[in-house]
Amino acid sequence: MFYREAGQFKATYAEDNRIFTIRQDRIGFALILAAAFVLLPLIATHYIFEAILIPFLIFSLAAIGLNILTGYAGQVSLGTGAFMAVGAFGAYNLMLRIDGMPILLAFILAGLCAAAVGIVFGLPSLRIRGFYLAASTLATQFFIIWCVTKIPWITNHSASGVINAQKIEILGFAFDTPVTKYIFVLVIVSVMALLAKNLVRSNIGRSWMAIRDMDMAAEVIGIRPMYAKLTAFAVSSFYCGVAGALFAFAYLGSVEPEAFLLDLSFRILFMVIIGGLGSILGSFFGAAFIVLLPVFLSISVSFIESEVGHTLPSGIGSSIELMVFGALIIFFLIVEPQGLARLWQIGKEKLRLWPFPH
Amino acid sequence: MDAQFFFEVLLGGLLSGVMYSLVALGYVLIYKASGVFNFAQGSMVFFAALTTVGIHDMGVSLWLAVPLTMIVMIALGLAIEKFVLRPLVAQPEITLFMATIGLAFFVEGLAQAIWGAAVHPLELGIEDVPIQSVMDSTGIAISQFDLVAAGIAAALVTALAIFFSKTRIGRALRAVADDHQAALSVGIPLQQIWGIVWAVAGFVALVAGLLWGARNGVEFSLTFLALKALPVLILGGFTSIPGAIVGGLIIGASEKLAEVYIGPHVGGGVEGWFPYLLALLFLLVRPEGLFGERIIRRI
Repeated sequence: MFYREAGQFKATYAEDNRIFTIRQDRIGFALILAAAFVLLPLIATHYIFEAILIPFLIFSLAAIGLNILTGYAGQVSLGTGAFMAVGAFGAYNLMLRIDGMPILLAFILAGLCAAAVGIVFGLPSLRIRGFYLAASTLATQFFIIWCVTKIPWITNHSASGVINAQKIEILGFAFDTPVTKYIFVLVIVSVMALLAKNLVRSNIGRSWMAIRDMDMAAEVIGIRPMYAKLTAFAVSSFYCGVAGALFAFAYLGSVEPEAFLLDLSFRILFMVIIGGLGSILGSFFGAAFIVLLPVFLSISVSFIESEVGHTLPSGIGSSIELMVFGALIIFFLIVEPQGLARLWQIGKEKLRLWPFPH
Repeated sequence: MDAQFFFEVLLGGLLSGVMYSLVALGYVLIYKASGVFNFAQGSMVFFAALTTVGIHDMGVSLWLAVPLTMIVMIALGLAIEKFVLRPLVAQPEITLFMATIGLAFFVEGLAQAIWGAAVHPLELGIEDVPIQSVMDSTGIAISQFDLVAAGIAAALVTALAIFFSKTRIGRALRAVADDHQAALSVGIPLQQIWGIVWAVAGFVALVAGLLWGARNGVEFSLTFLALKALPVLILGGFTSIPGAIVGGLIIGASEKLAEVYIGPHVGGGVEGWFPYLLALLFLLVRPEGLFGERIIRRI
């Protein structure tokens, strides 16, 4: 009734090329942005910022990165954690070793470092595909983490391998409270998500999708597979690198190489699958889902404990979490291979007709 | 370079490579028959070992615990086939691969939810000591346990080879591996065959789990075997049982040699990534592995 495009005409190419072509979408999106920038900082507590909102935004960014590679370019990667580690430790070293390094520039340079690493480890993708490639990205994962652990220079000779990320400061303003950190992360994630959305709608994004759908056919119609695959690796690693830097600077504070193990790569892959392969919006859905699920599970476990009256054996919560994770992945792949983003789309289709069935 | 030391490292590596082959075998079986790369094989190894130990801890003798676990593993294999793979039939390979990653998480969680997350020792009655006679005559230490494990692996491979080539079910399996549709059209029950393959993979996981569990203790790190088996598969080819064995031997030997000869120069821990690097370099030269089927793609 309220959500329909009747009477909204596209008279120019610019209007046709908009991200949100329907006025209601634009209003809705503006409301969401307003809520994220104004309302949430006013009402949310420290716990919500630090345990939910900040990790959600950072994981969304990493998921966008992986989605570019896996969802758009079709190259499965299990090395996301390694690229995030490059970003995190890269930003740390840039801040440490160059006096007066602006933090945003450090983040961008760290992202570029990750992109360079991504290009190097993306080279095998020119020869191999599918899970052979997935297996070779595991090499990235192990090799990078090994480098970080074994080369003392990277962790500035810290005995335990743990580094303390520097304070975030721009033009003398310190982002040190949860609210300001949240705003800092939110701005970066919003800008980069917008860039990613436009990138995948552009020429290069289309060449990624062509490679994904059938690389030989794409080659025949004049897309250079090497260029497309390596740019996908570079852009994806750049996003993951910036996400890793944010992960270290705005979320963890003190970082150890163990924060970027294979487990993290898998979690981000799950976000992408659950959220929807090949959808920027889906990356946000997936990240929200994976961040909220453990919170929800621990709440329900403690609720069950208080109802039943005796506590469950320790460790069972994490086992159940693993099971639920695994079961959900399988469930989504079977029932809705296109993830939450597709459900969102179906919902919108339904809304257009509501309250009529046809 | 000390030749004796070199041979000792080489032999140790080859024998531990046999253990990798055992895990890799489970992958090859499933990949051959259904084209699924089963990432959950490592978790199944963990599950099998933990179940055996769990049943054993309840006061059941090991001789009874192993057959009981076998039944559990076969049931698990059949359940996986029915609830995970059947609904995903005809999906792209990579979707199936990701589903098995989910499966790996589920099986790990299930094992720990039932049996707890503590580390259990597993006694098979084979001691991990060097064989004295060999030690005396050549001065090279070969673990008795490793040798027994190698023997078991050899027996298992022989049994599987005979099963695949001589029996009715084995022929059907090969037919399915070759061409699903052609197999269906000559009346081979596809789903039954897949069920059998998963049950056999469960059995292989049990053998691998017992041996690895006896060697390193039954704990969560057993699941990482899946990651160790990957380079083995890449080297040997995903579709070849001899490939899994040869790949395992190469990876085992080269990883130990790298650890001993390269490790000290770069701070150790080379074992973790060296097999991958080796497999990666190998992939660039021969993408289908040593014995794998050549991949032909058409537009």
